[in-house]
Amino acid sequence: MSATAEVVASEASAFAPLGDVVIDCNLEKVFYGDFLAVRDSSVPIEKGKITGFIGPSGCGKSTVLRSLNRMNDLIPIFRFEGHVKYHGQDIYGRKVDPVVVRRYIGMVFQQPNPFSMSIYDNVAFGLRLNRYKGNLEEHVQKALERAALWNEVKDKLKNSGLSLSGGQQQRLCIARAIATEPDVLLMDEPCSALDPIATRQVEELMLELKERYTVALVTHNMQQATRVADTTAFFGVDISEGGRTGYLVEMGQTRQIFQDPRETLTRQYVAGEFS
Amino acid sequence: MSRLDQISDAVLEEALMSMPRLERQPFERRAMKSGILTGLTWAVAILGSIPLFSVIYMLVIKGGARLDLEALTALPPAGFETGGGFGNAIVGTLVMVGIGGIISIPIGILAAVYLAVLGPYSKLAGISRFVAKTLTGFPSILAGVFTYAILVINFGYSALAGGVSLAVLMLPTIVLAAEEAMKQVPQRMTDAAFGMGCTRTQVIWKVVLPTGLPGILTGVMLAVAGAAGESAPLLFTALFSNYYISQMMEPTASLSILIYNFSAMPFENQIQLAWAASLVLVLIVLVFNILARLFGQPKV
Repeated sequence: MSATAEVVASEASAFAPLGDVVIDCNLEKVFYGDFLAVRDSSVPIEKGKITGFIGPSGCGKSTVLRSLNRMNDLIPIFRFEGHVKYHGQDIYGRKVDPVVVRRYIGMVFQQPNPFSMSIYDNVAFGLRLNRYKGNLEEHVQKALERAALWNEVKDKLKNSGLSLSGGQQQRLCIARAIATEPDVLLMDEPCSALDPIATRQVEELMLELKERYTVALVTHNMQQATRVADTTAFFGVDISEGGRTGYLVEMGQTRQIFQDPRETLTRQYVAGEFS
Repeated sequence: MSRLDQISDAVLEEALMSMPRLERQPFERRAMKSGILTGLTWAVAILGSIPLFSVIYMLVIKGGARLDLEALTALPPAGFETGGGFGNAIVGTLVMVGIGGIISIPIGILAAVYLAVLGPYSKLAGISRFVAKTLTGFPSILAGVFTYAILVINFGYSALAGGVSLAVLMLPTIVLAAEEAMKQVPQRMTDAAFGMGCTRTQVIWKVVLPTGLPGILTGVMLAVAGAAGESAPLLFTALFSNYYISQMMEPTASLSILIYNFSAMPFENQIQLAWAASLVLVLIVLVFNILARLFGQPKV
């Protein structure tokens, strides 16, 4: 923790986390091939809180999020300089298995993406993957309850996950992700494909989830960040060198970012002057 | 100024006088053209299905008469004998198509996994895909000649050789259909699986293959249907037999070869049996085509 504080202290928009840091993410440079996608972004993820990532399109907020559980490894031309440490361990270390990293750091995606199998099997998927020995049925029910979906699906667990509505599908995906009790949950614009009512439900769910899990949330919706995030990281786009490179402009307590931003760019963005 | 006013007044008046005409006007030029072209496509669609329906009609009329239990189970008759059937040929066809399937289905699906998931853009994938596409238009008799050269010359005519030659024909269909089916699996589903902490093998076995299964089965069924009707490759590999198959390494009867043999004979009995066998063969092909359609329907 003291090491993290030292690193960020040297930057203009220094953010000193108050609590324990679960993921210490410091991305100096992220490349897709020759394209510099993100630079100079140090984003500590605090335990038991919701960290919101906001910023205009193309600012690299999803790229940063996907670096936190090595989902970017699936893109062959991805490489980066810097470090991502999970409980002090470098997740990009030579001996680290990305598959294991993803079991501790789960993910919910922008588009609801249930598997083409029954609702029950969707939730049991991760448990079976980890050869869970306990009471599978009980555990599936608990995950669905926590995802606020149980009452709607308890009579049709055998139905395909794809038969649910968009909002229900996304809550199913959340249930699937939390069934394996991950430590951290990464959510990449989880409400962007949902209607306002479903969005509200998922937001309420997030607030409940942070009791047990650490959440990092990318959102395009500033109101959503003010409603659910404890700390907020604002990313901007730098087009000065020809490309479009995202970088961390400012990070702080959500209230401070929206009411008393230090940077002019942040002030303009939260005032809705550009998006 | 006043002249301009007059013109615009006149235009306005005319516009008010002529109400928009919304009724159908069948003899207007555009409507006629559309009608003629629509009629033409109807006519051609009907023309296109005439061959299929007339073949089926003829088979049912001529073959249906002899289609009874004896025809389905008995052995082929000799020259002037009456009665008899083609039970051994049905069994032989099913056995050889089965052998072809056992060889080509696993190879085809695994090759498709490579093409669709593991290395879709690799050079090897590009070459294999091109080869598979070329093979789909491969003259089937060459599959027979090829198998003749590698198997029959050394081990003689056999059901196994027949199955191998059918496998050569089935393989490209299965590879391409299975690849297409697996490509249809949305990337967000594989992303979800990776995000759950699946290894690449687990993503393939637990998500890509099950999700693509309907499409894969459709391809398999179409390949099987195609192989069941083949005769040219079997001529070089399985030949024919007048008895039920007792082991894999002996000449074996098949429906298509039986039709070929019997329809050229100067005996009414054999010609009738050839018609009945044709009907059975078409029904087998039809069943597999229907299965392909059933499997292909997405389940929600």
